[in-house]
Amino acid sequence: MSSEAIAQTAPAQPALALRLIVAAVIVALLIALPFIGKALGLESFTGLATQVLIYAIAAMSLNLILGYGGMVSFGHAAFFGVGGYAAGILYFHFADKSDFLGFIPGSNALLIALPVAMLVSGIMAAIIGAFSLRTGGVQFIMITLAFAQMLFFLFVSLQTYGGDDGLIMRRRQILPYLDTRDGTTFYYIALAMLAAWFVLTFCIVRSRFGFVLNGMRQNEARMAAMGYAPYPYKLVAFIIAGMGAGLAGALMANYLRFASPDMLHWTKSGELMMMVILGGAGTLFGPLLGATALVLLESFLTAYTENWQLPLGIILLVIVLFSHGGLSALIRRFMPGKP
Amino acid sequence: MLVLEQILNGIQFGIALFLMSAGLTLIFGIMGVINLTHGSLYMVGAYAAALVAAKTGSALLALVAGLAGAAVAGIVIEALVIRRLYARDHLDQVLATFALILIINQTATMLFGRQPLFVAMPPALSHSVTLLPGLVYPVYRLVVIAVGLVVALGLALPINRTRIGMLVRAGATSREMVRALGVDIRLLYTIIFGLGALLAGLAGAMAAPILAVQVGMGEQILILAFVVVVIGGVGSIRGAFYGALLAGLIDTMLRAFLPGLLRQVMAGSNADALGGGLSSMGVYLLMAIVLLVRPKGLFVRQS
Amino acid sequence: MRVTTIVGALTAALIGATAAVAQEPLKIGLITTLSGPGGYLGQDIRDAFNLAVKMQGGKLGGVPVSVLVEDDGLKPGQGKQIADKMLKNDKIKLFTGIVFSNVSGAVVPDILDADGIYVSPNAAPSTFSGKGCQKNYYVVSWQNDALHETAGQNANELGFKSAFLIAPNYQAGKDALAGFKRMFKGKILGEIYTKLDQTDFSAELAQVRAAKPEMVFQFQPGGLGIAFLRQYQQAGLNTEIPMVVAEPSLDAITLKAVGEAALGLNVTSHWNSDFDNAANKEFMAAWTKEYNRPPTYYASQSYDAALAIGAALKGTGGKVDDTEAFRKAMLKADFKSVRGNFKFGPNQHPVQDWYALKVEKAADGTLSLNTKRKIISAYGDSFAQDCKL
Repeated sequence: MSSEAIAQTAPAQPALALRLIVAAVIVALLIALPFIGKALGLESFTGLATQVLIYAIAAMSLNLILGYGGMVSFGHAAFFGVGGYAAGILYFHFADKSDFLGFIPGSNALLIALPVAMLVSGIMAAIIGAFSLRTGGVQFIMITLAFAQMLFFLFVSLQTYGGDDGLIMRRRQILPYLDTRDGTTFYYIALAMLAAWFVLTFCIVRSRFGFVLNGMRQNEARMAAMGYAPYPYKLVAFIIAGMGAGLAGALMANYLRFASPDMLHWTKSGELMMMVILGGAGTLFGPLLGATALVLLESFLTAYTENWQLPLGIILLVIVLFSHGGLSALIRRFMPGKP
Repeated sequence: MLVLEQILNGIQFGIALFLMSAGLTLIFGIMGVINLTHGSLYMVGAYAAALVAAKTGSALLALVAGLAGAAVAGIVIEALVIRRLYARDHLDQVLATFALILIINQTATMLFGRQPLFVAMPPALSHSVTLLPGLVYPVYRLVVIAVGLVVALGLALPINRTRIGMLVRAGATSREMVRALGVDIRLLYTIIFGLGALLAGLAGAMAAPILAVQVGMGEQILILAFVVVVIGGVGSIRGAFYGALLAGLIDTMLRAFLPGLLRQVMAGSNADALGGGLSSMGVYLLMAIVLLVRPKGLFVRQS
Repeated sequence: MRVTTIVGALTAALIGATAAVAQEPLKIGLITTLSGPGGYLGQDIRDAFNLAVKMQGGKLGGVPVSVLVEDDGLKPGQGKQIADKMLKNDKIKLFTGIVFSNVSGAVVPDILDADGIYVSPNAAPSTFSGKGCQKNYYVVSWQNDALHETAGQNANELGFKSAFLIAPNYQAGKDALAGFKRMFKGKILGEIYTKLDQTDFSAELAQVRAAKPEMVFQFQPGGLGIAFLRQYQQAGLNTEIPMVVAEPSLDAITLKAVGEAALGLNVTSHWNSDFDNAANKEFMAAWTKEYNRPPTYYASQSYDAALAIGAALKGTGGKVDDTEAFRKAMLKADFKSVRGNFKFGPNQHPVQDWYALKVEKAADGTLSLNTKRKIISAYGDSFAQDCKL
């Protein structure tokens, strides 16, 4: 499915123009969304969209290793949760006026929480990745799951931080000059983070690093023969992906004002995977598409019927059986100027 | 005596895991399909057994219903969905079978309600016997162990001795080769999937009298079964058997004795909580260690 | 992306529009868990609430109401999203329904910050019952710890001198054992924390047998309780070592699924289906007529929550905007609870009586939970003293 994406790096001129227009429309829509929601009398739509954006960051980070790097991680929620807890624990110690491990003070500044969350998840990803990447294939899927489960059980038994009940943050962490408590402002914060992560992903994918990563997914032996040792490349990609999920987790904890072991559960890893696959693995916009589709579908179906899992399951099944490469492949099929 | 009893418990738990992971490893190893619906087939087996037991009161009929229900469900799923996924990559299989879980769970909720179902224990098996002085053990669990061993033998013989078994073994190492032999792959796959479903149904039907028969019961055991498959080595029945026993024993032993050991070095309630947490991680830790030492699992030739 | 968003917005607009037309009845948001293994709890909460509304002719306390139900799927994020939507789009002020503590931890602060009111029919974590108590947060069920404290008291009264304790390794499990130990005067021979997703308890049962306690106290809610009790019987322990539990470990539905294995079980509860008061008889008659299953205590709590809301609405003439006036009316608790005596304590959690129940076999062979005696009267909870409202 992603070989198509590669082929598209050199599209015909008119198609490029069209793609730029489409991208511009999407950006404009994303920026105008809170106002559209308000005009339609659907203020909660901003909140829903914020969740979509945050999940999109997490899915995009997973896509870097899953879609481009061919590393199917079934434990990505671990980094999402670690990021969330990093923000939550910083806030907890700020509110509690105590120190983490006796010497790290708490903080309620988002500008501290986000980098810390990324750093902690990055370190966690370095440790987990260093071990996991020694395996491959199905074994890699399962070993990442195993590490995520261990972290899940760890957070469940952390009594100080709420254990299974989760950690409540009374207020969102703050930014200078901006009111993070305002839903629309927080939406734009999430949007800015998504944009930043999108640009970063774009740069990585187009760089020599991205080229090597992609090459290894297709044929590791060939890349090795070209003199690229796979392990360090994969590990760096894994760490970057972990940091992205950590960022998303910290944002989510702030959005929900709540961090809970639910964020690290294997079903959450599954959900992130669904978003990537549904949208189209190995495509730039795929994770955003997938996150949008899954979150909106779930939200609207639960409002419509208590038996929402049935239609959701059928829709997912139909998409996967007939789309060959997720929603982005489906959309590409209907786009003119396809190479 | 306590140690002996806990060993029996570990074996019994391992056997239950084996029935699940045997089917999973076959489907996984030979067909190359990551089948998340395996837990749902387990649930179908338990539900079918529960419903028939409630209607007829016969444990034997219930067992048959559990087996048949799961096998039929498995074959239908294979024909309608899984068959289209052989050529796809693992990601599509994960998404599709996840969608199937949602569909099956919701359908079960709509048909049979949200309340857990009651399954009577067969009266002949509902008591405990004294195996050794001081070692009292439930008959039903002994039966579970026996059935599991019979199934293991029953699988081992044909796999080592028959033509289908040869294909199965060959398929686990090289799928292309089996295809090159001119075998009707489609039929072979349906048989294997049905067999896997049958085993999951057996596990479900046998679990029905001692667990809560309810929607979502399959997902609880699914992840553990996958862990066992990977520990033992994908595609290897022998690996699934020993992997399941190992996982069952380690899990049980940690739960039974770790808090006690920790209590020697720290305060009682802290030790209990920490011991509980650590033993939850035990099986996953085992898998991580096994994979680091033998990246392909215990019973598969490492390449 | 484009397409989904627009279609989504349109759908939402349609839903919003139809809701706006039917403006007159007061809308109540009922967020509960309907999917997964815990789904039957949410189902009872929803059905009992709707039953109360139906019995009063579509009204509560003389005020026409409409109840909006959504499934949180036991996911805090989803619950929060639903609350957000109900608060902002549907302009709902009054909420109830949440089953699980972790969902309420995410959802309740949002509702309260938006000047909404939450009336809990079940979950009551300690977060909101002591120092963190809140003006617009009411609990009609119980405080989590009270469940287990009364079980400890029951064990004392039954004359047990030593006990073995078992609970899942998470917050509610630890609270359960702490609550039991606070009241129990005997010796604790051992404590075991089981795994959250554990279905096989043979290893734990072997330890119970080896420790030879006079009784076992276990907290295994819902489906876990079914598996535990059945395996307990199967190991032959139910005839050797009696068991004392709090109500979450055995409700009417799990009793049906457990069968004979529950025989002789000592349960503490604040409500039982055989309570001999007019309100309960009316509830039982209506429930039996409406639904083809026995009500759990979750149902009774949700029914009481509806009655409590009705009483408050009657006091304010159907207004919920003035939360101070609503609070005044609510705290009077001017309704006939199906459990008998009921009033709100200083932390707006119940002060109520607790009873000892026992599972017994009737002459026709059916099992039932029978009320044996009152354990403790007008009992609040140990957090109330920390609450300054």
